[in-house]
Amino acid sequence: MYEQMVFYAFAAVLLASAIMVISVRNPVHAALFLVLTFFTSAAVWLLLEAEFLAIVLVLVYVGAVMVLFLFVVMMLDINIARLREGFTRYLPIGMLIAVVMALEIGFVVGPKYFGAEHFGPLKRVDGQFSNTEALGNELYTTYVYPFEIASVILLVAIIAAIVLTMRKRKDNKSQNPSEQIKSRRAENVRIVKMSPERKP
Amino acid sequence: MIALSHYLVLAGILFCISVAGIVLNRKNVIILLMCIELMLLAVNTNFIAFSRCLQSTADTAGQVFVFFILTVAAAEAAIGLAILVVLFRNRSTINVEDLDSLKG
Repeated sequence: MYEQMVFYAFAAVLLASAIMVISVRNPVHAALFLVLTFFTSAAVWLLLEAEFLAIVLVLVYVGAVMVLFLFVVMMLDINIARLREGFTRYLPIGMLIAVVMALEIGFVVGPKYFGAEHFGPLKRVDGQFSNTEALGNELYTTYVYPFEIASVILLVAIIAAIVLTMRKRKDNKSQNPSEQIKSRRAENVRIVKMSPERKP
Repeated sequence: MIALSHYLVLAGILFCISVAGIVLNRKNVIILLMCIELMLLAVNTNFIAFSRCLQSTADTAGQVFVFFILTVAAAEAAIGLAILVVLFRNRSTINVEDLDSLKG
């Protein structure tokens, strides 16, 4: 009973903040509502006993990705009014698509096939079970190669983000390491033979 | 009593909201990126719900998958926003309608 109350409370906040994300005028407010959505979703994941992923969602998404979003939203000087054009025009078709899709999904994953009688009350694990430990065991043994690939993906993302946004200034006096390494003594130093000058 | 279907329906509704958001805010690239993040969140919730359902068999593959989705989504957000910044610097607009220079 208590679990049900908690679930419905968080689900209501989750859906309400998701609706706010797509409907508020100001992108900054949208980003802040997205933070609320992620935070509430982390609570739902805690209810699903995925403690490690819930805290990762808060740390990585709320802590890093959403701050990046806010940074970019605040940095760009955008004309909100022009971007909102056509919102009311697309509202009926958007609602229609969403409602039809929700009904279709509801028919498939609803209580008829995934309800309590098939996937009965979800079992609780005992208090000694550590979700983080289980996940770590799995991640560093079975999934060690995907884990390495994930690290490479992050590296690529770092390099791509830096390369894309780096701006070359015309007046900077940076050194070119390639030219520095390639330069040879013969090109830069000339030894001149000349007779020593005598003192008068 | 909370069954698996509760979580699946919740994730389904969240996914539909983000689809509606993509249709409604089709001019603002930033909101589009946020809607994609919402979609990924819904999918991740599905994965975790099924993983919870299989927990009696000590199968955490679903949660490992969510871990990798989070990694890729973070990379995607970083690169997407970097592209957005470059776009704004060159065209000084992020309106999707103005980005038609590839149109023949």
